[in-house]
Amino acid sequence: MNHPRASTAPVRLLERVAADTPGGERLKLCLQCGTCGGSCPSGPDMDQTPRALFALLMDGDDQAVLRSNAPWYCVSCYHCTVRCPQAIPITDVMYALRRASVRAGLADDTDAPDFSETFIGYVEKYGRSFELGLATRYHLTHSPLQKIGHGPMALGMMFKDRLGLRPARIKGLSQLKAILAKAKHMEEAQGALRILPGLQPRT
Amino acid sequence: MRYGYYPGCSLERSSAPYDVSTRAVADRLGLMLEEIDDWNCCGATEYVTLHKTAAYALVGRNLALAQAQLGRGDGRAPSLVAPCSACFLNLGKVDHAMAEHPEVERAVNGSLGAGGLRYDPGALAVRHLLEVIVNDVGLGKVCGQVKAPLQALRVAPYYGCLLTRPEIPGHTHDDPEQPTSLDELLKALGCEVVDFPLKTHCCGGHMTQISAATAYSLLYRLLRSAHEYRADVIAVACPMCQLNLDAYQGAVNKEYGTDFQLPVLYFTQLMGLAFGLPAEELGLGREFVSPEAALAKVGVATPRVAEPAAKPAAKRKKGEQALPMPVKRAARKRQRATS
Repeated sequence: MNHPRASTAPVRLLERVAADTPGGERLKLCLQCGTCGGSCPSGPDMDQTPRALFALLMDGDDQAVLRSNAPWYCVSCYHCTVRCPQAIPITDVMYALRRASVRAGLADDTDAPDFSETFIGYVEKYGRSFELGLATRYHLTHSPLQKIGHGPMALGMMFKDRLGLRPARIKGLSQLKAILAKAKHMEEAQGALRILPGLQPRT
Repeated sequence: MRYGYYPGCSLERSSAPYDVSTRAVADRLGLMLEEIDDWNCCGATEYVTLHKTAAYALVGRNLALAQAQLGRGDGRAPSLVAPCSACFLNLGKVDHAMAEHPEVERAVNGSLGAGGLRYDPGALAVRHLLEVIVNDVGLGKVCGQVKAPLQALRVAPYYGCLLTRPEIPGHTHDDPEQPTSLDELLKALGCEVVDFPLKTHCCGGHMTQISAATAYSLLYRLLRSAHEYRADVIAVACPMCQLNLDAYQGAVNKEYGTDFQLPVLYFTQLMGLAFGLPAEELGLGREFVSPEAALAKVGVATPRVAEPAAKPAAKRKKGEQALPMPVKRAARKRQRATS
């Protein structure tokens, strides 16, 4: 299938994130008031507060933004979003930054992309999420020794009949797969999957 | 009024008690919930972390299926009801984004076209179960069903995040930071409602899997506050909140040297108890933190669902299936078929 190729001219991360977030253009209206960081429950874990992150983004320091752990510590509580005086969809911007960071190969300090990928894998295979598969596959491949403490919890889930042994499967799997393939194709055509020029994955 | 029902993946298994109690309570209130045929996962917070258009299209398939199944309604858009706050947000968010941003509408419908589907933004009113019960059924009707008021029970109403945030015009019906609908509902059940200051703070979402320390600190704050306010029970309206507060309470206790024993129940379970429905029909007894002591205050005995590891093996008869799970599942299916 033919699709228009996106231009290869460098696009600033700010522009890409604004375009990759519904309502994301408002990001350019940021006042640097810091209400977002002050409202953030996981702010203390972040290397940059959301406000500082947006300052870097505005400044064009794309490398620093994409290497920041802040989007990965976002818990999606939307406190910042409802409090932002400029109505910037901050949580959704964080998702766009996560995607950009993964595309750039710079999201290497967190297990979160792998967790998402494992989750998505089951959704694409069965149409539903599969908790037992997610827990076992993800935890067995990510520092399993640290996760021994999860064992009793998982067993508890099992004995309380809260963990299915087999995944549920939808009937319209081929339909779903066609829809998702089309969506990814469109995303690629828009250049969303391209690595930002000038950014190289850490070796 | 037709109500499409989107249970979501959690309610199929880890939060089955929420599904069971929702159906039991809806039945009692005459709320006809019609499950959307062949719905798929909403993607939670994971899909959109790696793909945007595909995440929206994943949700779009559910909206399209629901629109096709529920039709145009009687002048008003039919309601699509989700009991899970994350499903509620994802469904509502995609509907709203499609209505507000033509490029999102084109991308979602362009993708859906590959599966022969289409969704017209605004064709459905995406709503959370709690809001439907409070606003459509009404507290008067709820009061009318209360046979056993939960008078001695001190309950902390916990809304979490995605039930009220972000505010999506037309979908969000309560204050994003100081909501009251769950408080009012619990009062209608006779509960002594605790003025829980952290009622809209975050439970950590998927952080238990990514950065446990972050999640435990958030859970600790919630549990400590509910404990300080002498709550007997935390009432929730989201499977993720229930799982985090209940299943990880032991881990939080270990991390912080505390001994919280706060049962975490779905608001639908409390409704069912107040309606005089048997605890067994409300999926009670599957919690990590036993609600036994709390429910004894309102004269309810907590069913014992969990069997110690050794017991089923000892009870097994010759020739019977070795694993206890399929037997249980079959028994539940039978129970469903007869009820």
